[in-house]
Order: sequence, then structure tokens, then C-alpha cells
Amino acid sequence: MTTDTIAAIVTALGNAGIGIIRVSGEKSTDVVDRIYRDGKHRRTLKNFPGNTIHYGFIYDGEELVDEVMVSIMKSPASFTTEDTVEVNCHGGVLVMNRILSLILRNGARLAEPGEFTKRAFLNGRIDLSEAEAVMDVISSQNELALKNSLRQLEGAVRNIITDCRKKIIHEIALIESALDDPEHISLEGYPQELGQKLDDLTGRIERLLATAEKGKIIKEGIKTVIVGKPNAGKSSLLNRLAGQERAIVTDIAGTTRDILEENIRLEGINLRVIDTAGIRSTEDVIEKIGVEKARKYSEDADLIIYVVDSSVPLDENDNQIMHMIRNKRCIVLFNKSDLDSRISLEEFRDRLRESQNVDKPEIRILRTSLRENTGIDEFECAIRELFFSGKIETGDEVMITSLRHRKALEEALISLSQVRESLLAGMPEDFYSIDLMGAYASLGRITGEEVEEDLINEIFSEFCMGK
Amino acid sequence: MELVKKVDVCVVGAGHAGCEAALACARLGMETVVFTVSVDSIALMPCNPNIGGSSKGHLVREVDALGGEMGKIIDKTFIQSKMLNRSKGPAVHSLRAQADKAQYSRSMRKVLENQEHLTIKQAEVCELIWERMEDAEKKATKRIRGLKTFTGMIYECRAVILCTGTYLKARCLCGEAITYTGPNGLQAANHLTDSLLSMGIEMRRFKTGTPARMDRRSIDFSRMEEQFGDERVVPFSFSTDPDDVQIDQVSCYLTYTNEKTHEIIRDNLDRSPIYTGVIEGTGPRYCPSIEDKVVKFPDKERHQVFIEPEGLHTNEMYVGGMSSSLPEDVQIAMYRTVPGLENCEIVRNAYAIEYDCINPKQLYPTLGFKDVEGLYSGGQFNGSSGYEEAAAQGLIAGINAVQFLMGKEEIVIDRSEGYIGVLIDDLVTKDNTEPYRMMTSRAEYRLLLRQDNADLRLREKGFQAGLITKMRYDEVLNKKYMIEREIERLKSVRIGAARKNQEFLERFGSTSLKTGSNLAELLCRPELTYENLRELDPGREWLPDDVTEQVEIEIKYEGYIDRQLRQVEQFKKMEKKKIPENLDYDEVPSLRIEARQKLKSFRPVSVGQASRISGVSPADISVLVVYLEQYRRNNKESH
Repeated sequence: MTTDTIAAIVTALGNAGIGIIRVSGEKSTDVVDRIYRDGKHRRTLKNFPGNTIHYGFIYDGEELVDEVMVSIMKSPASFTTEDTVEVNCHGGVLVMNRILSLILRNGARLAEPGEFTKRAFLNGRIDLSEAEAVMDVISSQNELALKNSLRQLEGAVRNIITDCRKKIIHEIALIESALDDPEHISLEGYPQELGQKLDDLTGRIERLLATAEKGKIIKEGIKTVIVGKPNAGKSSLLNRLAGQERAIVTDIAGTTRDILEENIRLEGINLRVIDTAGIRSTEDVIEKIGVEKARKYSEDADLIIYVVDSSVPLDENDNQIMHMIRNKRCIVLFNKSDLDSRISLEEFRDRLRESQNVDKPEIRILRTSLRENTGIDEFECAIRELFFSGKIETGDEVMITSLRHRKALEEALISLSQVRESLLAGMPEDFYSIDLMGAYASLGRITGEEVEEDLINEIFSEFCMGK
Repeated sequence: MELVKKVDVCVVGAGHAGCEAALACARLGMETVVFTVSVDSIALMPCNPNIGGSSKGHLVREVDALGGEMGKIIDKTFIQSKMLNRSKGPAVHSLRAQADKAQYSRSMRKVLENQEHLTIKQAEVCELIWERMEDAEKKATKRIRGLKTFTGMIYECRAVILCTGTYLKARCLCGEAITYTGPNGLQAANHLTDSLLSMGIEMRRFKTGTPARMDRRSIDFSRMEEQFGDERVVPFSFSTDPDDVQIDQVSCYLTYTNEKTHEIIRDNLDRSPIYTGVIEGTGPRYCPSIEDKVVKFPDKERHQVFIEPEGLHTNEMYVGGMSSSLPEDVQIAMYRTVPGLENCEIVRNAYAIEYDCINPKQLYPTLGFKDVEGLYSGGQFNGSSGYEEAAAQGLIAGINAVQFLMGKEEIVIDRSEGYIGVLIDDLVTKDNTEPYRMMTSRAEYRLLLRQDNADLRLREKGFQAGLITKMRYDEVLNKKYMIEREIERLKSVRIGAARKNQEFLERFGSTSLKTGSNLAELLCRPELTYENLRELDPGREWLPDDVTEQVEIEIKYEGYIDRQLRQVEQFKKMEKKKIPENLDYDEVPSLRIEARQKLKSFRPVSVGQASRISGVSPADISVLVVYLEQYRRNNKESH
């Protein structure tokens, strides 16, 4: 059987007090021992018997990361029947991810979704009668992970990765067609050319690694900004979400003059919700500052909730708001559905569509009445779907998949650096394409694409070869 | 009057697949009959006059290591030879020889004629004889009982190997002129397809093409670049003495098409059967017709044209790079625009050929049919293309037909063991939509699958199959031992930073030593070779060239080779997980629909093979692994 050591966060991510990272496999004790110190700063895990728990600390080099309890289970007395170590740490997303990354860097592999259960079954720990449940877990968790993984890929990131892959496969195809048909296609002067292209590719992926930090959003909360015309119901929404009268709600337009901020937990997702002053041309100085601020906040929001009062007609202010959000991820609440509407949802949708960037995905528009409390569930659901999949249970999949992305990017970089080494060592051209292919496959894992016939297709479509 | 004959194996077709299959069976002691529509066309090369080429040269070496014939014959009949890609890494070095076609065919025929237990029969096979069978352990529902020829003879046998090449319902096209013949005007085989269909075998139609042959006397070679063979020729076969292949070689010639050529082609596309839709078969992308090249690459100002002799005793020259199905008049006009071909006279027109073949997913990696016990196949019939691809499959099909008859476990070469493994695995695992050609990029472990170590990789399998003698096998074991010992020795010979050593390094433009090193480390430097390190290595014993070659490669590329070896370990684990023949995929819960359909249609033999089927995801594989464990435990409990 496979004996490599795997690790993953097994508790839900979020603001729970404690989180658990499980490490399973032959080397699990060794791996955790590399980052664990007891109270006297010693690495001692190896000396302990199974079924014991130990107080100590996790270190990243010399830097203290967290205070932890570490449980040790010896084969076969564990869930997977393999040697298992579980790190009980403080449940913060940031901390847990950091510890998991450390564990991965020290010799474990990120567990596939459902892999602990799979091992438990294959090792005879789980009864035959439960085999179907095991298969269900594997397939549903994978599906979920894949969905989340794709969902998490922002358009811009996906474009960069797709473009890098396109460039890489082109280089491989050039090399390979020259190898297959040396009399038709020559590689003279090619190594220098490839060197430059490698610089470009490496740079782009490094930048991506530096910026593609989805973890940030979860850690700080999704920065959510509520916008709309005065008296559309923005403050009612905030109150509804916060479950308390945080903002003063009146029928008088322009009641919220400054910015209100609230941290809200929505089934495992942290939202940092900011209620803004209604957008309108105004002469009131204080209100004017509020409107300006609203614009500013919207600019760096992760998510915008645009509350529309369907009982009044659209006007210039709506145009301004639509313009403001044209590049943003957004949900529209078509509010006051309890009142007579002065504009139809279809009409509104058309106006909105015209104003947005062409390649932007369709914006969800939900009919609500905040006064009568209708449409709120759908709204919460929409937020969740926007960032996760609809039925997420553990809430940790996003972090794991983003960790997967990062891992894949790092692997691609390693492959590219191996190409560079081959270049510097003056290796023949056929050696380059081996690691280029590695980089191509790693990036493909992010976008979920199969390698299969890509290369052969590229060779035949780009290079004229053959007798 | 004899109407029924009893034999062990019948081989249908005597092309490159059929010859290897028939020889393998007969050599392993089976009474074998090989059928051909024309005895004069045994081992015919109806297209290019070459054996080998990039990655194909590897196949020939592997066939040789397993005990096949192709390498030996081409070593006797080549008229020019080159090691391709010499400036690149050792993994992609590949031998290619120009063959004297007539000599090649004659030599192979002679080997067949003189082979004990082998009979050659000129006849068209028109029907397979089979019966239904029921065996809970097996997927197959039918078994082979024999075959019938068009003239009414019945041959009873338990194994048949189909190597029908491009002959099944063949149709040749040259512009508007269509003939219902096989290659070179030979008789097509028009009956067997129906018999196969009636057995439930899925057939498809492929096409390929060949360029014109010209009269040497009408070509002006002074307007072309002359292409010579290698100064020192390397033989294909491991059993050929290199001194025996240092012959006087003939030249090939290189010229180019031009804008005028392309214009003629473009103006006449409406008369090309490919473009007018007359040809239904799927053609190969790697040897496109000149029409295809001009249409698909409109920016290319010229395409290479290689003029190659077809043999020593003929004036016919092969026009490589310009296969076509355009009408004769257009062909003449088009060829005559090429420098050196202004006055060319065509001996044989270029043509396209369409033929019936199978979807090879119906085969196991042994090349036996999943549904018909005792039926094997190889070559273009399996949807491949190329003489070398055919020979490789014919050999494996032959070996396994015999293993089957003797009740032994059949032989599979996996992707980490040879290009043959890659070839067969691709055929039986992937959705191929065009004739399959071997390419080096298809071999993911190619650093291990070099043409120089084919004997080290595969002779053991040939020995197991019985085609390699104990003596030849021992040779390889001894070679392995010498290689390992020499590598160990080089790693242990210390080279200090002494003045003498530094001077040596300086002489070869190599950086000087700061601390001590060893010979193996020095050998890793690109500028140093095993040969020039001799000076620092006075204790060196004499070793055969093929041993020192391996030593040098294994040390120089050790890092890369080790990485691939580790990947192979992972790969082997998955290959070892076998899937029961009769597994009901509808019973496996949680598989995605696409995966379920694909698995049902391909019926992979191992989890490894399953993982390579497109549309089967890693999650599906995990589910399958869990199911197989459940299946295993269930079976254990019930026994």
C-alpha cells in the first residue's frame, strides 16, 4: 500500500476555539517533530508512546507560531491505522494554515479530499458495510473541492495561468517536433531564446504567488460594502444581518451620513460589512463626505451589495452606482418588493448589464423585502455560493484548495527552475521539455485541465512536419 | 481431397506485423500458416523506403531485443544509414536507414520460407470460424476455431492473428480515378470485414497516402543538396557485428517546393478527393499530404522534399514530403515546379488509400481481443501506422498467441519498459482518431527507454518468451554486471587537487578542483567524457564499447534518470492493482457518469490503465480502488 505521509486540516475553519491538523503515515512523527518543541525547547515527540497527548509549541524556524497540544497515535491504533499525529492548535484560519504549510514543507503531502477515510478503509479500519459511504465521501468531497477550486480562481488569475500554459506547451511542441522530425525543424540558437522565455514565465508565476492570497479574505473577513441610493434599505440590511439595531433606520432619505461597520458571521464566513451613505448629489457637507467615502470603500471592496428601491424609478444616481461597480463582484437586492414597483426586474437587469464590463459574469439579482423579511435566506445563500459551493459543510475547503493552488504554483516554479538548471548545465534540448511538461501539468491542476493530447495536438497544429 | 487442415496458429497477412507474428509462433514450435494475397508482397514497403527514424528506431531495437527479425533484415539490406538527433541527448538518438526495398522484402521472405513449422500460403482469408463460450471468470464470450479462405479451404486452429494492413476493403484514390485495390495495385481483401462485423467487432475506416515515384534519369540532382549517410554506421540489431555494416552508401537529395507549387495545388483543391469529401477515412496528421501542408500552413514559403532511392537495382526514386491524392495531371504539373524535378517522369502516381481497421480499445494490452479468446491482431489493422509500429505489435501478438496456446501467462510490456509498451498502451487505452504513429514525446519515461539500452531492458522478456537463447540472455546479464561494477569503480576513484589534475582540467576548459573529487563527478561535466578521462584513470581495464557507453550515459544523466526511476516506482504500483475481467462498473457507486461509461467501454486491466483513460478523474480512481478492496474482501469472505 501507499505509505507516504499525508496531512490536512480536519476541523472546520472559522472562529472555533480549537482546530485539528491530522498527519498520517509512516513519517508523521518525524514530520511534526521537525516543527514541534516542548516547554524546554526540545524535540521530543519521537520518544512518546501512542495514545498520549503533549503540550508544546510549533515553531517556524526560530519564530513561535502557536501553542499546541499534540496527540500521538501509533499504528494500528488510529483512524487510518497508520502512525498518526494530530496537532490541536488555536482555531484561527491563519494559524492553522501556517501550521499545515509547515507540515507540508517538512515532508508530508497534502491529503486528497477523503483520503483519510480511504486509507482507513483500505487498511481495514472501516467495516465492509461502510464501503459505499466511503466511496460517497471520496467522490462528494472531490467534487466539492474541485468546485471550490474553480470558483476560487478569479478571472484574471485564470487568464494568466491559461496564458502561461499556452506559452509552455508551445515551447514543448517546438522542441518535440524538432526531435521527431530533425530534418524539418531545427533548434539552432534555441536555448538562449528559451532562457528569456523562462524569465518571463517565472516572473509571472512568482507575481501570481505573491498576490493570489485568497487566505487574506477569510482571515480579515470578506470586505463587503452596501451601496444604494438613499433610503433604499441599506441600513435595514445591515441590521438584519447583524441581528441588532446598529444603524438608525427611518423613512427619511440620507439618515446614514457616515460609514457604519459591522463584523458578521454567515455560516463560517466572516463578512466585514460596511454600510454607506446613500449615493446622491447632495449639498449637505457632512453627507457629501459620507458619499465620497462610500465611493472609496467600494473601490477596494471584495463584494458589493447594491440595494435597489424598486418602488422608485431609476435615475442618474443609479447610473453612477452602476458605473462604480462595473468591475466589482456584486449582488443586487431588488428591495421593497412589498410595495408597488415602479421598475421591472427585467428592465433593471438590462440597464445593469449594459453598464457592466463586457467580460464580467452575470450579476445575481434577488427580490427582497427587508421590511417583511423575505428573500434574506436566498441572499445569504448567494453570498455563500459566491465564495464557496452551496453546500459546504466544513468551511475549510476554500483554504485547502487555495493551498492546493499555491502548492501547484510552487511546483510549477520548481519545474521551471529545473529547466533553467538544464540550460545552464548545457544539457541537450530534449531535457528541457521534460521539466517544461512538469510545469505545464502543475499549472493544469489549478485550472482543472487534463494534459492528455494537448502536446500532440499542439505539435501538429503549430509545426509542419512529416514525410 | 483435403479440405480441412489442422494447425496451431493462422496469421492473416504477411506485412511487417504478419512476418514477425508468424516467425515468433513458428520459432516457439507452433505449426503456423501465414496467409498473403500475394507471396511476392511479403514484407513489402509500399510507402517510404526507410526503417527507423525518431522513436521508430527505438522500436526496431526493442523488437530485436525481444527476438524479432526486423533489425537483422535491415542490417543486411540498408543502403544508407544515419543516427538522427546525435547533437541531442542519448534518449532521442535514433537510427534511420534507407532500405533497398526489394532486397528487404526478398530477405524477409527467405527467412520465412526457411523457418521450420512455418508455411506460406497465398490465399485471401474471407471468414473466421468461431463458437460461443461461457466462462464466468472470463470476459470473452467467443472463441476461435479456425478460418476459411476464399477458395474454400478450412484451417482449424485455436489462435488467429490478424495483420491485414491496409487491405481490408481497400480503395485507392488518385484524383477522380478510384480503384478498389490494396497498395501498389495489389488485390484488396473484401470479405473478411463482414465476418468480423458479424462477430460483433467494431470496425472503422482510416486513410493514408504515399507520394509519387520518379525515374532517376529524369531528375537533375545538381539542383539539389546531396545528403550522405553516417561515416561510421551503427547496426540496428544487437547481434550484428558493427564491422559488417560499413558499406558504400548511396545518397539522398534535398530540394524544396515554392510559391509556384503551392499555387498549382491551391488552384486544384477542388479536384482533391480529400477536399471534395470523396475520402471518408481519417488521415494521419503527421504525414500530411502536400495539399494539407499548403492549406494548413499558408505562411510557409516552402516545404522540404527528400528524393530517396528505392533500391540499388531500380531507377525509382521516392519523393518524400509530397504525398498527394490530386489527379495525375495536377501531380505532374506540381512536381515539375520543384527545382531538379523540372523534367521529372512519374513512374508511379501518388495516391491515397482507405481501408478498414478496428478500434483497438477492443484489445487487451496483450493484443488479444477481450471478447474473442484466441484472436490477436497487430499493425495497421489495430489503427497504427508505420512498418516499425507494425513489426512491434506483430511480435507481441505472436508471442502472446503462443503463450495462450501453451496456457501460460501472456506478456505485457508496460510504459516504463519500452516504446512498445507506450505504443500498445496508447492504442488500447486512448481514443485514437487517426492512424497512430510512434513519437518520442509520447514516452513519458524516455530517458530510461533509450535505443542504446533496449537489450538491457527487454532481452529478459524475450528469454522468458523463448525467442532469446540462454546464451544471449547471459550476455546481457554479464553486460549489466560490467556496467554496475564500472560505475562503482568510477565513483570510488578519488581525484585530488594535484597540479597534474588541474592542468588536465584546464586543457579541457573545465573549472579547476578546490577539493578532491572522483571520476564519476568529473564525468558529469559536459566537457569531459569517459574517453578523455582515461588520462586521470590509469587503473582502467579494457571494457567493450557498449558497456562504456552505458556507464557514461548513466553517470552523466544520473540526476534525471533517478527522477524518472522514482516516477516509475509510483507508476508500477498502479499497474500492479489488477481489475477483475468481469467487474460490473454499474455496481461501483459514486463513479461519475462519464467515468463509468469510459470504464465500461475500455475495460482496463489495471487501475493504472484506468487512470490513463481520458474522462476518468483521480477521484474516480480513488473510488475504484476502494471498490476493488471491497470486492476483494467480499470474495475472500465467500470463499
